[in-house]
Amino acid sequence: MAQGITPEKLISPPHQGTGMYKGGSNVDDRFGADKASEEFSEYTDPLREIPDDLEVDAQKLFADSKVKEVLEKLDSDLVALENVKERISEIAHLLLIDRLRRSIGLEAEPPTLHMSFTGNPGTGKTTVASRMGQILWKLGYIRKGHVVTASRDDLVGQYVGHTAPKTREVIKRAMGGVLFIDEAYNIYRLDNERDYGQETVEMLLEVMENDRQDLVVVMAGYRDKMDRFFSDVPGISSRIAHHVDFPDYSAPELLDIGRMMLDAQRYRFSSDAEQAFQDYLSLRLNRPHFANGRSVRNALDRARMRQAIRLYDSAESGRKLTKKDLVTIEADDILASRVFDDLHQTSESENNTGNGLAGTNVKSRKTAGSKGKK
Amino acid sequence: MGTGLKITQGTFSYLPDLSDDEIRAQIQYGIDNGWAVAIEYTDDPHPRNSYWDMWGMPMFDLEDAAGGMHEVTRCREAFPNQYIKVSLYNAKLTKQTIALQFIVQRPGHEPGFRLVRQEGADRQIRYTMEAYAAQKPHGDRYAD
Repeated sequence: MAQGITPEKLISPPHQGTGMYKGGSNVDDRFGADKASEEFSEYTDPLREIPDDLEVDAQKLFADSKVKEVLEKLDSDLVALENVKERISEIAHLLLIDRLRRSIGLEAEPPTLHMSFTGNPGTGKTTVASRMGQILWKLGYIRKGHVVTASRDDLVGQYVGHTAPKTREVIKRAMGGVLFIDEAYNIYRLDNERDYGQETVEMLLEVMENDRQDLVVVMAGYRDKMDRFFSDVPGISSRIAHHVDFPDYSAPELLDIGRMMLDAQRYRFSSDAEQAFQDYLSLRLNRPHFANGRSVRNALDRARMRQAIRLYDSAESGRKLTKKDLVTIEADDILASRVFDDLHQTSESENNTGNGLAGTNVKSRKTAGSKGKK
Repeated sequence: MGTGLKITQGTFSYLPDLSDDEIRAQIQYGIDNGWAVAIEYTDDPHPRNSYWDMWGMPMFDLEDAAGGMHEVTRCREAFPNQYIKVSLYNAKLTKQTIALQFIVQRPGHEPGFRLVRQEGADRQIRYTMEAYAAQKPHGDRYAD
């Protein structure tokens, strides 16, 4: 994880404080802090009137909150994405200190947490967004922690008067949690002035401004299209406090992702296979339509299919299968990918002209491969 | 002008009017039980008037009371001088009924009811009552 400041380093008041924080042991109990602040309601100007040396029981609050847990889980579950983790850790610490301040009656507007996630396909935008609900709930910022995913179809109506109720419906459903709008740029179509998306955008703007305490809006999409969306609708961009960019993964990071995916599905690479997958990734990385994590997932799904065929064939020919066979992805399962064909093809076509048709190539290698296994 | 008559009905008819925080808490209780939230309004205070107008569709898929409060606020803005109530509907088989219902807004001045005597045959008297407010046409009532 990005080396965020740990709460202990941030403030270290004496241990035997007066324990001003009256909150329950549950993070969700944010009203505990509110109750405590009532004690101080006689202060009209808390900044000046509350004595400067009033002690706050930070340790108890930090221990009660699950900030550390949340951040550690995020760190272990997501590969790379350092800037994303850093931003979430910043938000977490801000919310924590905010609660500490509120516990002694220092009121402040709750921070705006609307976010936009931009990045290439498969960089984890949706994954992080769907976790945002749980994270913000554990930090006590939102009351529920559910994520409502909406796309243009859910928000924009088909005829006059259809849009507002539709959008409002989704907004109400998301209240108390996170409203996640995937490919948000689809909502608004500049080229069609009769499009009803404009109405949705206006309603979202209003809610993002007026109902901040009830709803966190997260918008996600590809970088260039989101940039255009923000420049077409300037009000949106300024209401989003956190613009987070999701960088592309490097080959080693993708390998990590692949390993985690396999692990979750109870598979593992043989050592040859891992090397093969590494080669695969470095080739795939430079091919068109590369979609980061999603491409890794697809590649692994195909490898599983090839493994299934291989196992079927070898079982049919009389070999006994073991558990090890069932969980292991072999190098052949990966090397059969078409990505390696191009390599073959180019090297072959360099040697003998025009004979390296992709189709024949696949066929010949497949038969060769299965023969080798039997 | 008389003191008027405060209409009460529903689950908390014996209590003073609920504050917004209390309304929110009741709606949340309903949502947590899986009940649908519906908002109704009327300007006819007669106790037998069971069919109030629906404010939008009942909300079946809320997670948080904020969505319900959002609609209560909108309904109040649209009808600042009418009765508004929140109904929490239990859709469970064998129940299928309103589980909880309470008034969340009333007009500023409620003039009350008048006793109407109808002379029948053989000096028979039939009694009924009529809301003063209902003497005006629908829409003009409670317009202060």
